[in-house]
Amino acid sequence: MAPVVHFRSVVALAGHFPVLSGVDLDVDAGEVVLLEGPNGAGKTSLLRACAGLLPVTRGTAVVLGHDLTTGGERAVRNDVGLLGHTSALYDDLTVAENIAFALRAAHVEVSAADAAMARVGLDGRLRDVAVARLSAGQRRRTALAVLVARRPRLWLLDEPHAGLDAASRQVLDELITDAVAGGATVLVASHETERARRIAHRTVTIVGGRVSSDVGATRVA
Amino acid sequence: MWRDALVVGGKDLRIEMRSRVATNQVAPFAVVVLVLFAFALDPDRGILERTSAGLFWVAVLLSSLLAVQRSFAIESADGARDGLRLSGLDPAGIFLGKAGAVAVQLVALELLLGAGIVVLYDTHLRGPLLLVATAVLATVGLAAAGTIYGVVAAGLRVRETLLPLLLLPVVAPVLLAATRAWEAALAGDPGEGWPWLRVLAVFAVVYGAFGVLAFGPLLEES
Repeated sequence: MAPVVHFRSVVALAGHFPVLSGVDLDVDAGEVVLLEGPNGAGKTSLLRACAGLLPVTRGTAVVLGHDLTTGGERAVRNDVGLLGHTSALYDDLTVAENIAFALRAAHVEVSAADAAMARVGLDGRLRDVAVARLSAGQRRRTALAVLVARRPRLWLLDEPHAGLDAASRQVLDELITDAVAGGATVLVASHETERARRIAHRTVTIVGGRVSSDVGATRVA
Repeated sequence: MWRDALVVGGKDLRIEMRSRVATNQVAPFAVVVLVLFAFALDPDRGILERTSAGLFWVAVLLSSLLAVQRSFAIESADGARDGLRLSGLDPAGIFLGKAGAVAVQLVALELLLGAGIVVLYDTHLRGPLLLVATAVLATVGLAAAGTIYGVVAAGLRVRETLLPLLLLPVVAPVLLAATRAWEAALAGDPGEGWPWLRVLAVFAVVYGAFGVLAFGPLLEES
């Protein structure tokens, strides 16, 4: 079966600066891959390239069967979910309205919103609270609820544990495990490597915009 | 595309109703502009009544800058712009939705400013059909052009100062044509005003079509 992510010699620029300098990476369906590396190594850029948000200027980049070098960026976005450094939420809308907007946009039944909120452990009383009034952790959970409700085939998580309390981190790990059990593939960029290794099948180290090591079977029982 | 436009337009209008920026900032700004014109020009000589059409459309134009800036400011906060790109929405639908929401706000502003020129400038509204047709076409053109230049400026750090520089020269034909059409209507000679609607219609169609086709690449590049 073709890999979910197939990158060969991928180069991507931020302005004139190369943020990916020849990435070679294959990720198979159902894998959880931990991306680690120092700040500025290119982890976030790699996730954004996979999401079709960062244009690939050279190399071969195929994600979920969509060639990102020949205009497949928009098509791939329907199948990926990105939890980035920002929440991508609208402050003046309530939690429920933000989730509903994302679901309508993705042509998903809005009725999935309540189940997603419950799944990520968001208190039902927050349903009609404006996002501007939420704590950082609650915002993160709301963004996670959007991701869960959309049921993407490829999860791209950038420092997903940041800003979450212990219970929320546990919920996040369970969500990732459940998503993989449901057939999804997950790329996690994290500095909290000990925690992320518990759920990852492989650890890929990114340095200077390229893969410096790729260690498989690091899962801890 | 139309379904996506409704989703985006509904979201933008809901945010505006919640934040009340349009009612508490944009609308008062528009009224202040009208009042300042009244201070600057001599009301005793009937200058205000004679120039009310132009002053009305200048006030609409300046207020539309705020509405467009606001429309894209809500997408710049907290990475919402990336969310929009990842949403799966048709870019043409995003354009139509955002332009539609700006147009709805402009219509409300025009009603307010229309009342303003009647009260402040002692203007008698004649030729209602021409007034309304002009307002509809001018609003569509302003909203479409504003949304295109709004997304171009949105990705830049200097967007607040750049947008007026980009947009105002482009919408000068709308100001000219809408003012001439309204002058004719208010003077009780609507026959002179109808030809100007062709300019407004062409502007609205050109920018509407360009926005539908080009908004996707502009959203990606900006």
